[in-house]
Amino acid sequence: MIPELGHFALILGLLLALAQSVLPLVGAQRGDRTLMAVARPAAQGQFVFVALAFGCLAWSFLANDFSVMNVARNSYSRLPEVYRITATWGSHEGSMLLWVLILGFWSTAVAVFSRHLPEDMVARVLGIMGLISVGFLAFLLTTSNPFTRLVPAAPDGSDLNPLLQDWGMIMHPPMLYMGYVGFAVAFAFAIAALLSGKLDAAWARWSRPWTTVAWAFLTLGIVLGSWWAYRELGWGGWWFWDPTENASFMPWIAGTALIHSLAVTEKRGAFKAWTVLLALVAFSLSLLGTFLVRSGVLSSVHAFATDPARGAFILGFLAVVIGGSLVLYAWRAPKMITGGGFSWFSRESLLLANNVILVAALGAVLLGTLYPLFMDAMGLGKISVGPPYFNAVFVPLMAPALFLMGVGPLVRWKEGSLPDAWTRLKWALAVAVVAALLLPFTVDGFKPWASLGFFLAVWITLAVAVAFRDRLGHGAGGVGQRLRSVPRGFWGMQLAHFGVAVGIAGIAVVANFESERDVRMDVGSYAELAGYTFTFRGATERDGPNYRAARGTVEVTRNGAPVATLHPEKRLYNASGMAMTEAALHANLFRDLYVAMGEQLDEQGAWSIRLFHKPFINWLWLGGAFMVVGGLLAASDRRYRIALRRSELPRGLAAQGA
Amino acid sequence: MKRWLPLLAFLVLVGFFAKGLFLNPREVPSPLIDRPAPAFKLPLVGNDAASFSPADMRGKVWLLNVWAPWCVSCRQEHPVLMQIAQGGRVPIVGLNWKDRDREAAMLLARAGSPYLAVPEDLDGRVGIDYGVTGTPETYVIDREGIVRMKHIGPISPDVWKEKFEPKLKELGA
Amino acid sequence: MKSRHKKLAIIVLVVAGLGIAAALVLNAFQSNLVFFFSPSQVANGEAPTGRAFRIGGLVEAGSIQRQPDGLSVRFVVTDTARTIPVIYTGILPDLFKEGKGVVAEGRLGGDGVFTATQVLAKHDENYMPPEAAHAVEQAQKAQQTVVE
Repeated sequence: MIPELGHFALILGLLLALAQSVLPLVGAQRGDRTLMAVARPAAQGQFVFVALAFGCLAWSFLANDFSVMNVARNSYSRLPEVYRITATWGSHEGSMLLWVLILGFWSTAVAVFSRHLPEDMVARVLGIMGLISVGFLAFLLTTSNPFTRLVPAAPDGSDLNPLLQDWGMIMHPPMLYMGYVGFAVAFAFAIAALLSGKLDAAWARWSRPWTTVAWAFLTLGIVLGSWWAYRELGWGGWWFWDPTENASFMPWIAGTALIHSLAVTEKRGAFKAWTVLLALVAFSLSLLGTFLVRSGVLSSVHAFATDPARGAFILGFLAVVIGGSLVLYAWRAPKMITGGGFSWFSRESLLLANNVILVAALGAVLLGTLYPLFMDAMGLGKISVGPPYFNAVFVPLMAPALFLMGVGPLVRWKEGSLPDAWTRLKWALAVAVVAALLLPFTVDGFKPWASLGFFLAVWITLAVAVAFRDRLGHGAGGVGQRLRSVPRGFWGMQLAHFGVAVGIAGIAVVANFESERDVRMDVGSYAELAGYTFTFRGATERDGPNYRAARGTVEVTRNGAPVATLHPEKRLYNASGMAMTEAALHANLFRDLYVAMGEQLDEQGAWSIRLFHKPFINWLWLGGAFMVVGGLLAASDRRYRIALRRSELPRGLAAQGA
Repeated sequence: MKRWLPLLAFLVLVGFFAKGLFLNPREVPSPLIDRPAPAFKLPLVGNDAASFSPADMRGKVWLLNVWAPWCVSCRQEHPVLMQIAQGGRVPIVGLNWKDRDREAAMLLARAGSPYLAVPEDLDGRVGIDYGVTGTPETYVIDREGIVRMKHIGPISPDVWKEKFEPKLKELGA
Repeated sequence: MKSRHKKLAIIVLVVAGLGIAAALVLNAFQSNLVFFFSPSQVANGEAPTGRAFRIGGLVEAGSIQRQPDGLSVRFVVTDTARTIPVIYTGILPDLFKEGKGVVAEGRLGGDGVFTATQVLAKHDENYMPPEAAHAVEQAQKAQQTVVE
């Protein structure tokens, strides 16, 4: 019953999404207030029904209802409860449902927090978001129904992919989708602006906080994904330039460019057409990313062999949404009048440089990701584009952008002064150069790439400090009072930039100074790595809830003093028969010790074991966390909230008068 | 002109995707088509003493269904196979592919077996000869032991009607 | 600054940026594309020596041999037509098994042994990596033409 209820709720959700899209869009075009007023309740209703459907699916998982195919494929009676809930979005169908659910959530958020916007704008924005919901719900219902029954019911499920049984992976998709789908808001605002023909800077101001929040979530999603891959894949890598990773990274690059160009459009009215285009691109890449990963184009031949309808639907949907929006753009963009001239050295010009570099980097990643697909499609053979390509292109491209990151926030809008910037930053530059030359030696000898990393990290950090000093250096009251008067937007930007510096420092160290060893370890034997001694105490059998494991014991000492006792595991999952390496980590701020089991080598209990020393790896996640908090802080800036309150006031008065 | 550039770039991309999707069908026709089915002799699930070989099926049109107990798509096609078996038109042999812990016998006892015989291909060697890339896959083999068709993925009632029935008719089953 | 100058400066900036990006991409592309060859192609001498590439196919049953040092492994990759011996030192991925699909990246030695620097197996028990499946299909097609 419950799955049918969910299916039914999904159909109702689709009908409401249709109402949410068609009526308000028509209403906005005709100036019909009654039709426009449908937008808000329809969006909220749609969210309620999709949430109900999601709840039904989650219930089916929790109740081990193996008569639902999705449950039979992705769950297992002995799967721990928490993973049974998270298995809800572990499959293609479930994750698509999660996508629509989050889209409904964002639509509802827009409906609630848009009191200060003109009615026709709200109607258009919610209408566009409704159209996207319609597409996804139709996709779910026609090709990927998560509630399809299995007759006869399977006696038991075939288990959730063991790789997904980890809480990094539990949080990764929802956060990632919060980001992906959040860009739908910016997309909808841009389309609404194009449709209405009111291409002033107002839409930029409205969509800016939404975009920043979406960007923060996307950042969080990517960081969580990287953290998960690092811990769970057993290879100690944190970024593989894998197509699935690139699929989330490309919208992030576009989004990063977008939040910067939105700043220019909001403050100065410049770059309007460009900003609109970026908003379209960011969301288009989110769609592309979702489909590349979820359709199976990249992973399994069978995904299409079993259901070619899926691929066709996806392609058609992409063509309509992206193609349609680009046609609209080409048609309307010339009407945008770019305002506000600026000099060659100004905040605008530096942000322009930022955008050019980011877009170039985006193009390079896109090319590297899709090139193998193209070659395959053209029958030109199978190739792969590996990490060396991406590193060779991405690092040199981003380095100048990161350098400018230190300068940009200190330069005035419209007309900056190079001599002034020089006076304020020369010491920072000098210290950064010295640090770049000296710091590598404090770790483990000079390496040019590490040196570049240190230079950029120190440079950005000092630039942030200079920005704060200038900000607090003058004005009324004591330092504390002045500190409190600093707007959150400023805090957010600086914190996010500082996060980038922390992340770069982490990457510079771990990429250049990490060490690893694959060793054969007999019981009682030891191996040395980076000054630590790892002693293998053998492995014992252990039964998990849905797996059997060989659990190793590795004692770590340094100069004879105990550091940690680690228990890496090699698991064999009962239902799927998949083997899994569960690495054991000992972490602190300056290094991770990482031990992963290979395989048993002989009857005496010797194992092949992989040891890693990962200096500064945690700075990566820490930097990501700063960026996320920075983004959220910036989005909560007072002026957005004031705009909200101020526009509510007349409405309230008007209501009293009526 | 330059405002049309993004659209143009996108259209090129869509063109490639479409080509990848449709012009280069993912379901490559098996090279085994119209070749003799590779010979093998494998023990049966639940009865190691008995064995099965394609030669046993000479003179009959039959289906070789590659499946495994851990494969959910196989469960999805299970009721369809049951119906086919009950129809009695064509015998089905279920090659149990890379089964690990012999759940197969248990599963068939529980859910019913559509199979005439269930040989077990523990190490997947026979699967290699047949070019099996995953489960389920189904081969149509004719009276002379020639492979006439291969289907990748679960058999749905539609697939059965549109793909298998005409083929079987052609082969006179 | 005059708007004409500004526009020019912007165009120069954009073109310079894209030019550098294009140069980097082309340069990196040339040296970092990894081509894929099936064991049949390798056996026919189509694969380059002295340049890294990928091979794919099935791990031949019974071919995995652990070397005395405990960490080096020799195994044979087949596409059902031809076979290539592979040597790899290190820890193999969880899903590496005899009879299963595998993709290895490395170089071909003068002795015909492929020295793998990386061994990839899919994170899915049920299906082969697409490259491995492709190699097997190609080999079977080729065998067919040889028979005819």
